[in-house]
Amino acid sequence: MSMTDMGGRPGFADRLRDALPKLVLSPSVAIVAIFVYGFIFFTLYLSFTDSRILPSFGWVGWQNYENLFRIRAWDTAVTNLIIFGSLYIIICCALGLLLAILLDQKIRAEGFIRTIYLYPMALSFIVTGVAWKWFLDPGIGLEAVVQGWGWESFEFNWIKDGDMAIYTIVIAAVWQTSGFVMAMFLAGLRGIDSEMLKAAQIDGASTLALYRRIVIPQLRPAFMSAFVVLAHMAIKSYDLVIALTNGGPGTATEVPATFMYSYTFTRNQMGIGAASAVIMLMTIAAIIVPYLWSELREKK
Amino acid sequence: MANTSTNPSAAVGRTKASSLSAAVPRIILYTVLVLFCIYYLLPLYVMVVNSLKPLEEITAGGMMALPNEWTIAPWGSAWSTAQIGVDATGLRPYFVNSLVMVIPAVALSTILGALNGYVLTKWAFRGSTLLFGLLLFGCFIPFQMVLIPMARILGLTGLAGSVPGLVFVHLVYGIGFSTLYFRNYYAAFPTELVRAAQIDGAGFFTIFWRILLPSSGPIAVVCIIWQFTNIWNDFLFGASFSDFDSQPMTVALNNLVQSSTGVKEYNVHFAGAIMAALPTLLVYIVAGRYFVRGLMAGSVKG
Repeated sequence: MSMTDMGGRPGFADRLRDALPKLVLSPSVAIVAIFVYGFIFFTLYLSFTDSRILPSFGWVGWQNYENLFRIRAWDTAVTNLIIFGSLYIIICCALGLLLAILLDQKIRAEGFIRTIYLYPMALSFIVTGVAWKWFLDPGIGLEAVVQGWGWESFEFNWIKDGDMAIYTIVIAAVWQTSGFVMAMFLAGLRGIDSEMLKAAQIDGASTLALYRRIVIPQLRPAFMSAFVVLAHMAIKSYDLVIALTNGGPGTATEVPATFMYSYTFTRNQMGIGAASAVIMLMTIAAIIVPYLWSELREKK
Repeated sequence: MANTSTNPSAAVGRTKASSLSAAVPRIILYTVLVLFCIYYLLPLYVMVVNSLKPLEEITAGGMMALPNEWTIAPWGSAWSTAQIGVDATGLRPYFVNSLVMVIPAVALSTILGALNGYVLTKWAFRGSTLLFGLLLFGCFIPFQMVLIPMARILGLTGLAGSVPGLVFVHLVYGIGFSTLYFRNYYAAFPTELVRAAQIDGAGFFTIFWRILLPSSGPIAVVCIIWQFTNIWNDFLFGASFSDFDSQPMTVALNNLVQSSTGVKEYNVHFAGAIMAALPTLLVYIVAGRYFVRGLMAGSVKG
């Protein structure tokens, strides 16, 4: 087509053809520019305003942040996130690594077992929450069942106990995600150079030493990925808390995500809600940005 | 995953004569693996078994037992007569809402992702990697950051509380991952083929349609499954942007279970939970391989 206007200025058709790839990309870029970055700035701005039930643009400086850190419920939410997040990450990694190593011993029906370990990842957190909510309920669940079996003094009422309820969220979340972490470690194990292992074996290293000295250190990239994925899931945890404990008993299992929602939409403190969302974003960005940066640079 | 196992112990085992002492660790190993299978299957067992028994058997402390009296009444109730919100409609209308929401959202985000991946790999320009990074970061933000402005925009455009509004929201925040899948997949596709077709005079869309798309089957499956699972399972957007008529399944299930009026019908709750889980569970059972690939690409990046 470009042959027709040889020698002249590039025609409209040529320019269109050159711009086509960028044109095709542009709707997505526009959507993300507005609905991700535009919205981030909008919420960031709101966190410095006197917004209550609706967005309002009266500037109040750092007021919302100062108030936020004085609110007892936010304190609870942050403490809970630290407890939940660290236990969730540590237990998922430990369990995931253990299962991956066990499955890497030339197991018969490995694929079948893997399928069972991983299926909770396909479920909604709401479904997981409902199942565990009633399973852990002392009136009908585990406690009642074990008592019914004859162990009359057996007690397991964490989900009703303000001090222990946060650990029930760890239990349900670990159940849902640990199979996924197992799959990540298993992929890492399969990528390890077996020549090196054979050499170490000939040198007489024990199985335990092999894993500790050679295998586990080589799983560092898998550990990194698992940490980033789990940390970001922990900070975003919302559905599971709502379904399992609804933030209760009282406010015992409040986390930042539930705090943001209730302050913004039910307590009409939109400025404070926006401030809490900004803090969530900063925390996630501190984890994700360096990770994406290194991943995308390596690709080049 | 190939059979290139790293296990040192198996290699050691082969050099010795197999004996009873060698078999013992294997027995322990299999026992542990089976115990973990039970651990993962237990909640599913609890849901299935208790959705098939009368309420009295559950409240009498028989949660772990098989039903004395088998019944499918809880399923009927959860599907068509249970009280959700103000109406006794059962979960059926909400199941339909989720289907109507998920199909266009998955289709559109997959198509956009395929085109984006094509441009970003075969028509890369200065700054395209940075642009991709910016697109990708959008997947990881806490969505609390966009709830307030999105509620405003949906309100202003009249999409608030409607299924099309939810489709739009899921499309917007699904683009990043679908672009990721196709970009990484097309990056491994031989660029020489694209250049050769260009020299033969094939245009932008012809190359995409004739050369890349025919070999995109596997990654399209990965992308569709990932988006389907994510959007079907979403709760936050559904809870924030829908009203009683447009609620998706997850929100309706939560309302059913949390409702404080009347007797808690645990068997109906369990039946409802299985209904909400069934579509994604079926996809996982039929195409688990692709589901796992999607998960891994979203984290370890292929």
